[in-house]
Amino acid sequence: MSAKSIMIVGVGGQGTLLASRILGQALLNQGFDIKVSEVHGMSQRGGSVVTYVKYGEKVYSPVVRDCEADLIIAFEQLESVRWINHLKKDGKVIINTQEIDPMPVVIGAAEYPKDLINSIKQKNISTTALDALSLAIEAGSPKAVNVVLIGVLANIMDFDKSVWIDAVKETVPQKFLDMNLKAFDLGYDYKTI
Amino acid sequence: MKKLLLGNEAVARGIYEAGCTVVSSYPGTPSTEITEYAAKYDEIYAEWAPNEKVSMEVAIGASIAGARSFCAMKHVGLNVAADPLYTASYMGVNAGLVIAVADDPGMHSSQNEQDSRHHARASKTMMLEPADSKECLEYTKLAYELSEQFDTPVLLRLTTRVAHSRSLAQVSDRTDFSLKPYEKNIAKNVMMPAMAKVRHEIVEQRIQNQVKWAESTSINTVEINDSKIGIITAGICYEYAKEALGENASYLKLGCVYPLPVDLILDFASKCETVYVIEELDDFIETHCKKIGVNVIGKELFTFLGEYSQTLVREKILGEKVESIKIEKEIPNRPPVLCAGCPHRGVFYALKTLGVAVSGDIGCYTLGALAPLGAMDTCICMGASISALHGRNKANKDFEKNSVAVIGDSTFLHSGVTGLMDIAYNKSNSTVMILDNSITGMTGHQQNPSTGYTIKGDPTSAVNLEQLVKAVGINRVRVIDPYNIEETKQAIKEELAVDEPSVIIARRPCALLKYVKHNPPLTVNNDKCIGCEMCMKIGCPAISMKDKKAVIDYTQCVGCDVCTQMCKFSAIESKEA
Repeated sequence: MSAKSIMIVGVGGQGTLLASRILGQALLNQGFDIKVSEVHGMSQRGGSVVTYVKYGEKVYSPVVRDCEADLIIAFEQLESVRWINHLKKDGKVIINTQEIDPMPVVIGAAEYPKDLINSIKQKNISTTALDALSLAIEAGSPKAVNVVLIGVLANIMDFDKSVWIDAVKETVPQKFLDMNLKAFDLGYDYKTI
Repeated sequence: MKKLLLGNEAVARGIYEAGCTVVSSYPGTPSTEITEYAAKYDEIYAEWAPNEKVSMEVAIGASIAGARSFCAMKHVGLNVAADPLYTASYMGVNAGLVIAVADDPGMHSSQNEQDSRHHARASKTMMLEPADSKECLEYTKLAYELSEQFDTPVLLRLTTRVAHSRSLAQVSDRTDFSLKPYEKNIAKNVMMPAMAKVRHEIVEQRIQNQVKWAESTSINTVEINDSKIGIITAGICYEYAKEALGENASYLKLGCVYPLPVDLILDFASKCETVYVIEELDDFIETHCKKIGVNVIGKELFTFLGEYSQTLVREKILGEKVESIKIEKEIPNRPPVLCAGCPHRGVFYALKTLGVAVSGDIGCYTLGALAPLGAMDTCICMGASISALHGRNKANKDFEKNSVAVIGDSTFLHSGVTGLMDIAYNKSNSTVMILDNSITGMTGHQQNPSTGYTIKGDPTSAVNLEQLVKAVGINRVRVIDPYNIEETKQAIKEELAVDEPSVIIARRPCALLKYVKHNPPLTVNNDKCIGCEMCMKIGCPAISMKDKKAVIDYTQCVGCDVCTQMCKFSAIESKEA
């Protein structure tokens, strides 16, 4: 198989790095060659952040560019549209409907665009949009948005559920494991649109 | 066993497996995690040094003493450490000395886009460049062998995409490396003109020997496929080229980027119809190829700017362009911001409202330059805030009354304190603010000499900033709480007014530190909020306007009360109230 590409996009501080680590661990346990490209440093401070995860028989470049992503997981609405040009024509998106105002919107220099999710659906892109924040809070912490979204991803991808559960167990701290497993299940059981 | 390792983690593993015992570094994105991972090994003594120059000197001293040693820094850090590097190159090593330098093409987290390969050539130091985590680990180990074989420090060049990508690497056991015997050797280790003249001759011969090695080493690899397109490349650019062109091109991948081979390149080029050099940043390999008479295509096709990608290679060499999905919406930028509860926020708001010019520095607080605070006039390099303020005030005495320097605790100890000595010694009436958040923040919470803890978390002595400032000759020193805007403003006004140099220490630990207890999140009383947007002026990411009322995001708010002080209508309340 040729390498597959997944992008995890969001706002610095939302926990996208942990999501990429769980995904990376799941793919590793499946025996794939894998590359995960992360962003550290300045953009982690509330900026737009992106992580690339690529897997297959052999992966060369760790980055994903225009029209290359098979799947985009967006932790925030605006970020889904910002990175949509990276999606393949037949790619899929998972979107957390949470809105986080970027500083230009906060200070009134720009407006938060409306109707973003519909504008993606209008392009005939297979879209799953959900309020992952509410599910995370239901699981026990707003910080568990990342694991909820991994749950949604797990349902879309073709691996056995146990692969994902193992990856969550291997990646999250022991004391938050139960909460994260609940968050995973809430995401996994979410009915895709 | 194969493991999924971050590039930086793989370098640390390589250090460990090579039997290295001394590591000294100063944090800098994208190099920081190498030293953090190295510190997890009990067999390795690891430390954060006050700056890169110190760290490299520590590593050089340890190498002379007989231990395999290491230091890591970002590209601009190598400028700080260039002084010891250039002379250590003449001296060579006792036990192996490896220096990792991480360049940041695309400037994800840097103030310039310099290409560290120039330092390798200028200092006549061998440089290896891995392309993924597997090579990070292997090249680090090889670097120790080469260091001892050629009697030279060896540079390991990383770029952001290698340092911060995870890929599979084979890990093995640590090799026991016992200390090499130390022998006093004035001719080799005391660099005065008479000795250095002899050493320089040895260095030139060493490069010739290394070129011979580079002609046949297994890390300079030739892969002959289709002969129409030949690619000469190194590091991450090999991955981009290989993904873009696959077996439709032949490759010469250079694992050693300094010194470069001659015959190997001539031979490869003779087998290909058109030869391209693909390298991010400067035309380092290209210039060498042209010098030895190989007609290559490089920067006339590829850019000097930013990061490359497989897409760029396809576009430039194959003329392929992609048409991506477009959504016709104005998408606002999302620049990084000072975190909710950041203790720097109050300082920048105070400086902005007082109309004070700010000589800024490197760190989280550089974000004070962005809207809506916009409270920074200059930011040059580590430590420059203080010395540049001194220069500004010497150029025009009027500036003394309305300009301050702003610098963090770690940056101050890195290279700000020398500028402060200049202010005291050469008598400028300058006002310096040390924003002491008790940690090295932007790089992700590293300890420094003022925090009282080592890299391994052990308690240690802490620099007393007040006493240090006084000791260099500044008599006026005061400590304020930057969460108190009025106190902050008052202190700035008073210190600018006096006719002597002064230092204001704005002290509050970073709100992201685990030991910092947060107050309950604040809420907006909608009956009291009139939508005046005063609270928006501090640029807190937890505050936004919805339906002409302020809203506080309870997931971000840490209850710092800075916004409460902004509100003239007492509309911002604590949940407990």
